[in-house]
Amino acid sequence: MGLYHTEDQAMLKDSVAPFLAENGSIKQLRALRDDKDPVGFARDLWSQFAEMGLNGILIPEAEGGLGLGHVEAGIVLEEIGRNLTASPFLSTAVAAVEALKAASADMRGQWFPKIAAGEAVIGLALDEGKKHNPAATALKAERSGNGFKLTGAKTFVVHGHVADLLLVSARTAGAAGEESGITLFAVPRDAAGLTTEADRLVDSSLSARVTLDGVQVDADAVIGEVDAGWVPLTALLNAGRLGASAELVGVGTGAMDMTFDYLKQRKQFGKVIGEFQALQHRAAHLYGEMEGARSIVLKAQQMLDDGDPRGEMFVSAAKAKAAKSTNLAVREGVQMHGGMGMTDAYDIGLYMKRDRALNEVFGDLYFHADKLAKMNGY
Amino acid sequence: MTDLDTFRKEARAWLEANCPPEMRQPAKSDDDVCWGGRNWVFSSPAQKQWLEVMAAKGWTVPDWPVAYGGGGLTAEETKALRQEMAKLGCRSPLNSFGIWMLGPALLKFGTEEQKLHYLPQIARGEIRWCQGYSEPGSGSDLVSLQTFGEDKGDHWVVNGQKIWTSYADKADWIFCLVRTNKEDKYHGISFLLFDMTTPGVSTKPILLISGASPFCETFFDNVVVPKHQIVGELNRGWDVAKYLLAHEREMISGMGGDGGMASLGSFYADVLHDNPVLRAEMAMFEVENLAYRAHSERFMDEWKTGRAHPAYSNLMKYVGTELNKKRHEIVMAAGGSDALEWESARTNGGARPRAWLRTKANSIEGGTSEVMLNVVSKRILEMPGA
Repeated sequence: MGLYHTEDQAMLKDSVAPFLAENGSIKQLRALRDDKDPVGFARDLWSQFAEMGLNGILIPEAEGGLGLGHVEAGIVLEEIGRNLTASPFLSTAVAAVEALKAASADMRGQWFPKIAAGEAVIGLALDEGKKHNPAATALKAERSGNGFKLTGAKTFVVHGHVADLLLVSARTAGAAGEESGITLFAVPRDAAGLTTEADRLVDSSLSARVTLDGVQVDADAVIGEVDAGWVPLTALLNAGRLGASAELVGVGTGAMDMTFDYLKQRKQFGKVIGEFQALQHRAAHLYGEMEGARSIVLKAQQMLDDGDPRGEMFVSAAKAKAAKSTNLAVREGVQMHGGMGMTDAYDIGLYMKRDRALNEVFGDLYFHADKLAKMNGY
Repeated sequence: MTDLDTFRKEARAWLEANCPPEMRQPAKSDDDVCWGGRNWVFSSPAQKQWLEVMAAKGWTVPDWPVAYGGGGLTAEETKALRQEMAKLGCRSPLNSFGIWMLGPALLKFGTEEQKLHYLPQIARGEIRWCQGYSEPGSGSDLVSLQTFGEDKGDHWVVNGQKIWTSYADKADWIFCLVRTNKEDKYHGISFLLFDMTTPGVSTKPILLISGASPFCETFFDNVVVPKHQIVGELNRGWDVAKYLLAHEREMISGMGGDGGMASLGSFYADVLHDNPVLRAEMAMFEVENLAYRAHSERFMDEWKTGRAHPAYSNLMKYVGTELNKKRHEIVMAAGGSDALEWESARTNGGARPRAWLRTKANSIEGGTSEVMLNVVSKRILEMPGA
């Protein structure tokens, strides 16, 4: 297998790219923002995703999905990134699906068809502080009756206010900071004692703070094993982190292409500014950075799909590199657009905002560089 | 099991049976890997044996045709073979400018006679080649070169001077850019091959900041070169040179070499533990290193299957050499005062500082980083201007 897309994967890209350019464009994002849309994404588009089969991309064929892998999910996410599409695809169809693969047949039978049909949105209630740190889970789950009672608070739950189901990490043993002793629960958003408070973020997405005040769930709400939630959580995080990396590559490439077009049009001092070597060298350097990001993301996707034991390490390298390169792309993008880059009328600023949010979600550059160092024993 | 799986399994079994254990240790210096040639002194019997069995198999140049001394493998088989060699820790049996640079140019531009004559010698490591490109007044602006070959009917008489000729003092033959028409800058250069023992050829090593002398000045004083020793057409040597430079850039970009995907930081864990900012630098480097390894793999896969942009090797050369310089800056910082020692036996004669200084040439030789950025900007990004 080569480190490039197969013919089937290239065909998927050829069908998803025009679909999203048409139906999930920046124009739609602006409309959602300007209308102060209370949902945060277009439900019509979510249904269209389902009609194309995209929502079931990672769901096994035997359970009604396409049974494809992280490379294919990444192709969709890159186009989502390029178009700044507002969509619950990453949290629901990618990260949540990977966690739910460890769930009971009953739970999978309940949620996979709804996800595939575009009838469910799933929120990820993992972080409790302002920086990503899933092992720091302190939200308490105490044995109660036939199940558990959950008490605590979660932050940065994207689409959490409109989700049908929340995946909640909770501590059933041990202390905050330990990977063991965490249990992953599936909690309906309308459960008694669960409240959400949505905020619009810098990138116009809607994210919720979630409070659980003695929320009672049955024992069968557990995904995987009690105290061993780190297992499904790792699958969720690998998929989410790598998916966010692919989306970042789309954001960075979109910003870069837009900026290069601008360099070829804008005239100053009697010539097109793209003729200036000072800008050409920065453009070429940026291109190299984005190509590096694209490469490590694809490598990590192939590794996860192959079940390579180094996958988790490469996911961290991919998230860190994609974060670093895309951040450069949007900063250079705004700078090279000059004054126009500061205006709301130009799209480049929207790319900068989305990059900021995607950098933060599932751990930023510093988190993942640190994780990589720890995995290498230093 | 697919054909490729079968090949991989057989290759692994063959390597296990034929690669001497000594050749499965990491190379510590240039001499630990065979460079071949008339004057090569094998550092051990194992080194000689390893070259001979690999050459007999055609695996010093696995993807060249069998008729020219190669293994006739597909791109996928070649990659699988390299992966199996890496897993077993097998050293390269033969490092050679003939393999990396001249060979590909001969395969594309050489006559059938030239291919049958030169390529098997390269594959077997019998002739060590050097490259005569740069001149004192023609570095980044290579096409301005002045070394002149005067037409004397059945031969040329070459006069002039080259500089930065790698290992010219150790090479048997040179592939050399020579001006054969003074009227046309681009279409006035020819690509000639000649023996370094030809009367009139002399070399003088250049002492570098590392204390080593891998490069020479090379002088040509009325050197006679027969007409059949031209590669490609008369005055179209620039086409050959450009093609070959792409392969040189591909090679230099792969020189992030020592350690590859292995973690550099794990080697310096103690120092990093007490120096958190350096640890952070190291972690950032490791991110870049893994990204570059993947980038390099992707480029090779795309290049070999015709997917890569023809100018892409310029990007890889830029990224790879800048990263290698960064690697050695961090190694020096992590090594502390130990890494300053220049002569001591315990530092293997100052291996680290010498290697560090050597890497500073990576972004100069074979086209500077600045020239690479110009090429990427114009040819790949299609930025306007001359």
